[in-house]
Amino acid sequence: MILTRVALGIGLLFVVSLVIFWATELLPGDLATQLLGQSATPETVAALRAQLGLNDPAPLRYWNWLTGALTGDFGMSMGNGRPISDLIAARLGNTVFLALYAAALSVPISLILGILAALWRNSFFDRAANAGALTAISFPEFFVAYILVLWLAQTGLFPSMVRINPTTGLAERLYMTFLPALTLTLVVTAHMMRMTRAAIINLMASPYIEMARLKGMSPLRVVLRHALPNALAPIINVIALNLAYLITGVVVVEVVFVYPGLGQLMVDAVSNRDIAVVQAVALIFAAAYVALNLIADVLSTITNPRLMHRR
Amino acid sequence: MTNFNTTGQGFAPISRRGVLKGAAAVGAAGLILPYGATAARAQTRGGTFRIGIGHGSTTDSLDPGLWDQLYVQTFAAARHNYLIEVDSDGQLKPEIAESWSSDDASTWVFTIRQGVTFHSGKTLTPDDVVASINHHRGEATTSAVKSLLAPTTDVRADGNTVVVTLEAPNADLPYLMTDYHIPVMPGIDGKIDVTSTDGCGGYIVESFEHGVQSTLNRNPNYWKSDRAWFDRIELLSILDPAARLNALITGEVHLIDQIDPATIGMLESRGVANILSIPGTGHYVFPMDSRVAPYNDNNVRLALKYAIDRQAMVDVILGGHGAVANDNPIGPANRYFHAEMEAKTYDPDKARYYLQQAGLTSLDVTLSAADAAFSGAVDAASMFSETARAAGINLTVDRVPNDGYWDNVWLNPNGNTPFCASYWGGRAVEDHMFTTAYASGAAWNESFWENARFNELLVAARSEVSEDNRRAMYQEMQQLVSFEGSTIIPMYTNYVMGVSKAVSTPERLSSNWNFDGFRCVERWSMA
Repeated sequence: MILTRVALGIGLLFVVSLVIFWATELLPGDLATQLLGQSATPETVAALRAQLGLNDPAPLRYWNWLTGALTGDFGMSMGNGRPISDLIAARLGNTVFLALYAAALSVPISLILGILAALWRNSFFDRAANAGALTAISFPEFFVAYILVLWLAQTGLFPSMVRINPTTGLAERLYMTFLPALTLTLVVTAHMMRMTRAAIINLMASPYIEMARLKGMSPLRVVLRHALPNALAPIINVIALNLAYLITGVVVVEVVFVYPGLGQLMVDAVSNRDIAVVQAVALIFAAAYVALNLIADVLSTITNPRLMHRR
Repeated sequence: MTNFNTTGQGFAPISRRGVLKGAAAVGAAGLILPYGATAARAQTRGGTFRIGIGHGSTTDSLDPGLWDQLYVQTFAAARHNYLIEVDSDGQLKPEIAESWSSDDASTWVFTIRQGVTFHSGKTLTPDDVVASINHHRGEATTSAVKSLLAPTTDVRADGNTVVVTLEAPNADLPYLMTDYHIPVMPGIDGKIDVTSTDGCGGYIVESFEHGVQSTLNRNPNYWKSDRAWFDRIELLSILDPAARLNALITGEVHLIDQIDPATIGMLESRGVANILSIPGTGHYVFPMDSRVAPYNDNNVRLALKYAIDRQAMVDVILGGHGAVANDNPIGPANRYFHAEMEAKTYDPDKARYYLQQAGLTSLDVTLSAADAAFSGAVDAASMFSETARAAGINLTVDRVPNDGYWDNVWLNPNGNTPFCASYWGGRAVEDHMFTTAYASGAAWNESFWENARFNELLVAARSEVSEDNRRAMYQEMQQLVSFEGSTIIPMYTNYVMGVSKAVSTPERLSSNWNFDGFRCVERWSMA
């Protein structure tokens, strides 16, 4: 069961790699013209193109790249000749750190808010939590980020930009990246919270919940012991989706807080036609999506063994 | 991405008056320019100088031939020295070359300073200089200054000198040697290592991450005693304008570039930083492909030149941080600037007159623009369209993507963008500017303009030794470009930077490039 899933995931990644390669081929111009910019003359472009190996046919370049990637070697950045694995390693670490930080803040908050909102359905608390979360998600990320900078950075509480390097300590790192993590938390909380609330409320109408109530259980115990375990499958899926978003979709937040993550690397590489980097990063993003969805599937199956058996 | 013209640029003295005029213009717009207000104090050692720069990407390179924007330029100025430096008055000043001379302007002898060491400890020799120059010469080079150094037939070390031989006399060679692409780097077997940060400048690289930041510490063995005041330099790439401004306001950085004119008032009111606005030679242009109709008729070109409101563009597009240009790529900061040329003002009647001369009653043209050409290019094109209408010219603005602008639009590669927007950083010397963008057949002659008299003068002026004759020749060339050329040049731009009050700047800043000629790292100090 799990093995089939993994095999399907790998097959999917292969298809994705083909699509990535095909899409990057469609971009106008190439790295040589892009690197030389306005100063490109036919001779210098030709010299640089030959040096970078851009004259090989597309299928050959694809094959070379794919076989390299399988052995963990993404090749050299065409832009500055450094190994892509070096370029990506530090930034992948930063991206994962920020994603985990934001997840550590947002997942407990949204679960607790969601459970409480379900518990006190239609109360003032429920409406306020919903309105607050929806307001936060409705603003564009950069706007939320600038508001936080105005309130929390210009008053001197937190730094307006993230200056970290591999030697920065954990406490310093948590302090430096608080504002981006908070921005992301505000952006992703609504989705998870509302799914938690909806999934629980959906179950509250079931006969077995009514039975539990009739037994005289406290409402909180009914929700935590009886409703939540059965509501976990959809919640886990939404959390996985949001985690994937935190890894792949935070480029705007990275730009505002000058955070050296993968998203900015990807945007840089696209505008510079550094195809090798674009492909590597896109593949990592695709792998993150596939892996997180795989984990979500496995976890929801564990929490709900009925999913193992086809009806 | 950013695209700047990638070869040397204008220095030439800017007069005190020029600076004050700039100051007055800025002041008139309700802004303050406390030029020199923070200066003229004894410089102190120490401190960490942090610079936030709106450029830089992961594809930046350590290869000097590929340098193209302010981040790599400033990074280079911190760790490298050049043969010759341009001082804040625009004069040439010995750096690694102690002195230079030539009898005939064809063979140049540079005497190399003794006792200078690289950060690695290696002693600098003339062979290193030869290797550094040769990196940009020859068939296989990918350097952006290949064409600039193409007329050099030989570069060799001779004792403690370097001898450069040219195929034709060029009195401006020492100016060309100040180009930021040609730092002195250590040579190994006649080649420089383009993956190394080793140099002989005031700061030693501790770490760097392209597109993110670089950290440098003061070089304890630096041969200049009155330079490199900071203990440590941190260069940060901050692409987002709001993030850059925030970083300056919150004190995260001391110096930023590219400030949106709209936010200057807000920054001033915070009282933590000053705005410095330095007139330079950079200019914004609208080249027309002179090979195709209707631009092959000079009357049409003149009609368009009179249909543009230059002053309004300076006010709106540059926020007053610039000056009106008269279709002249040579600016007031250049040595041979032609100040007495008849100024073209916005005059719809005159534009109509030239249209009639061309046998037309109305004219339909399309101007392709993207903000990749210069910040505000699309707005400038729209303004042009409005003012041209009064002259019977129907100018349509074709807004094109930033992405791929220099490949697909500039230089009319597909034949459908004969009229577009572009930008020049200006050039060190008149010859350099004209040879790069106006000489017949030049690779970057963006208007494909050919003028026999101009080309004749261009060659003659290079070897002319009489200062007065040279001046006359360059002024005639400016006249030709302005009134017969195929490039509309509405404005010169200033370098606008925000400087924290924690940092002290010299009384006069160089007009040769931004950031005090990239030398803020070694000329400035903590207040």
